[in-house]
Amino acid sequence: MSTLNNEINAVVSMNRIDKKFYELKQKGLKAMIPFITAGDPSLDVTVELVFKMEEGGADIIEIGIPYSDPLADGPIIQASSTRALKNGTKIDNIMDAVKKIRQKSEIPLVYLVYYNSIFKYGIERFVNEAKESGIDGLIIPDLPLEERKDIKEISEKYGIYLIPLVAPTSKERIKNICESGKGFVYCVSTKGVTGIRNSIETDIKEYMRIVSEYTNMPKAIGFGISGPDMAKRFAPYCDGIIVGSAIVKMINDSRSKEEIYDNVKKFIYSIKEAI
Amino acid sequence: MIGRFGKFGGQYVPETIMSALIELENEFYKAMKDENFINDYKYYLKEYSGRPTPLYYAENLSKRLGGAKIYLKREDLNHTGAHKINNVLGQILLARRMGKKKVIAETGAGQHGVATATGAAMFDMECEIFMGEEDIKRQSLNVFRMKLLGAKVTPVKTGTGTLKDAVNEAIRNWVTNIDDTFYVMGSVVGPHPYPMMVRDFQRIIGDEAREQIISKENRLPDYIVACVGGGSNSMGIFYPFINDSSVKLIGVEAAGLGIDTDKHAATMAKGSIGVLHGMMTYLLQDDDGQIMPVYSISAGLDYPGVGPEHSYLKDSGRAQYVYATDEEALSAFMDLSQIEGIIPALESAHAVAYAMKLASKLSKDNIIIVNLSGRGDKDVNTVANVLGVEL
Ligand SMILES: Cc1ncc(COP(=O)(O)O)c(C=O)c1O
Repeated sequence: MSTLNNEINAVVSMNRIDKKFYELKQKGLKAMIPFITAGDPSLDVTVELVFKMEEGGADIIEIGIPYSDPLADGPIIQASSTRALKNGTKIDNIMDAVKKIRQKSEIPLVYLVYYNSIFKYGIERFVNEAKESGIDGLIIPDLPLEERKDIKEISEKYGIYLIPLVAPTSKERIKNICESGKGFVYCVSTKGVTGIRNSIETDIKEYMRIVSEYTNMPKAIGFGISGPDMAKRFAPYCDGIIVGSAIVKMINDSRSKEEIYDNVKKFIYSIKEAI
Repeated sequence: MIGRFGKFGGQYVPETIMSALIELENEFYKAMKDENFINDYKYYLKEYSGRPTPLYYAENLSKRLGGAKIYLKREDLNHTGAHKINNVLGQILLARRMGKKKVIAETGAGQHGVATATGAAMFDMECEIFMGEEDIKRQSLNVFRMKLLGAKVTPVKTGTGTLKDAVNEAIRNWVTNIDDTFYVMGSVVGPHPYPMMVRDFQRIIGDEAREQIISKENRLPDYIVACVGGGSNSMGIFYPFINDSSVKLIGVEAAGLGIDTDKHAATMAKGSIGVLHGMMTYLLQDDDGQIMPVYSISAGLDYPGVGPEHSYLKDSGRAQYVYATDEEALSAFMDLSQIEGIIPALESAHAVAYAMKLASKLSKDNIIIVNLSGRGDKDVNTVANVLGVEL
């Protein structure tokens, strides 16, 4: 009885990410994790889209902070960042938008943010404001294990999760990488940058087997996932599926806000159903 | 800390690249301890690139200015016309040693691209060069040279279409083809071990210059002046003099239309610390850390960052960083052509411009060495354009 109580208490005080994966696991479900760029086409749409994606079945949402030099991104997300920056999207405004989301939703939110955005803003100021706004975790695609020390201490202090990233080339690095992070392991599907791929060369089954050897954390696969079919194929080997470029492209291809909400919601639903 | 110059440097890259960087670092250390590798490197520097390059006393120019003696380290006389080949030969030999069949590189002015294409041709490797669209327009001659040498030139349209974007695209390509591709970085920038490795392959400039000035003047110079884009020719000539505290080291950045306009590339004068292309260093960026567009008449100096070791030398005070405008560089370009019969690269002309100002303020027993990093053939179209001459 007391262990159950402990467990319940632990779940209540948990980071929203842990809580989400705990609940999904209870139900035997996988996490659907969409990515959108903040401010593309506008921050108002970004806020509204989060609600629509949640309605469509999204479990955790990645909000990309647009950056001038997104090294890990392919052409679709690069162009999206450029559009958001042209719209004058600033980090301050993104923090405000997150607060607006938090007034209505408890969905776990993570920033996908390049390190220079954090560093130049001030690491502590950034982490503090992100936490205050309601962000649960940070994915920093250009900050490998070796460079995480400063931000690790600060994010622990503020209770924000640093999501670890592993790649098919990581091999024996996986253990230390996972130990340094929290929430879930972002498993980069393939050698390369973000995009929409027709197929992925990596032997996902074997790759996830290796990652599982080193960690018990939930594992989410991202980079290149084009839609429900591919998501369905990967789902058995992981705990979550991350889809970015396909959604960002859909947003840009839609002709009105209503069309954006409609298309994206349906797309999220189709993936959630598939996994 | 490994891979750092004080707080600068580091490895701010996607995880996918980390294992390749670690392998590269290990192979580099091994190679530098291997006599065969060093001998090969020296052999090609001598027989292929024509080193040592002369340290030439620019007597006409010195006398005209009436101040310090100006020596020119003639990197423009290297095969392919700039210092870039020193580093390329080192890295291509390393790539060959590591069994890589394909090399990629970024290029701004096209000099590094030409040097890499040249090395790849000689060592029979596949070669792809990433070059900003803007730079392709400005440096059409070098684009054609690269193609003649058998390289594929891939235009980069993203961002500002200049050197910074070419580096981004080369890194993205490297992440994708990490197993069989060697990234030949063109300056002392990027993630560790590149800044250190490129410096070590460029220090031949300073090693030679040090010996040459001692044999000619029986003393060390008072000043060394070099232009700074990413910082490889300057680091190459500075490094062997770092412990000679009497030798003042001066890096000259591109001030474009002036450092108080938004059209310059004076990272040290106007920048702040941040992270770009895998390194922590001074950058031209806004409050949100967005990298700002930069401008210079010379494509090779048109870069919003600077090698991390330079940031370290700036903060420690060991080197001083100044700047020259487009106009000053053009005027030095004309002067050196007409007074010494040497047409310098526009990049190098920035160093010449500052050295000319400096020399006239100094006495006749002072000695300045200017690193003449490249020759100006590639720039004649640009200069003709500015002068309103149709070729
Ligand atoms: C002739 C010449 N000098 C200087 C530079 C600037 O590079 P770095 O600062 O790395 O020497 C270039 C770059 O293209 C160049 O071609």
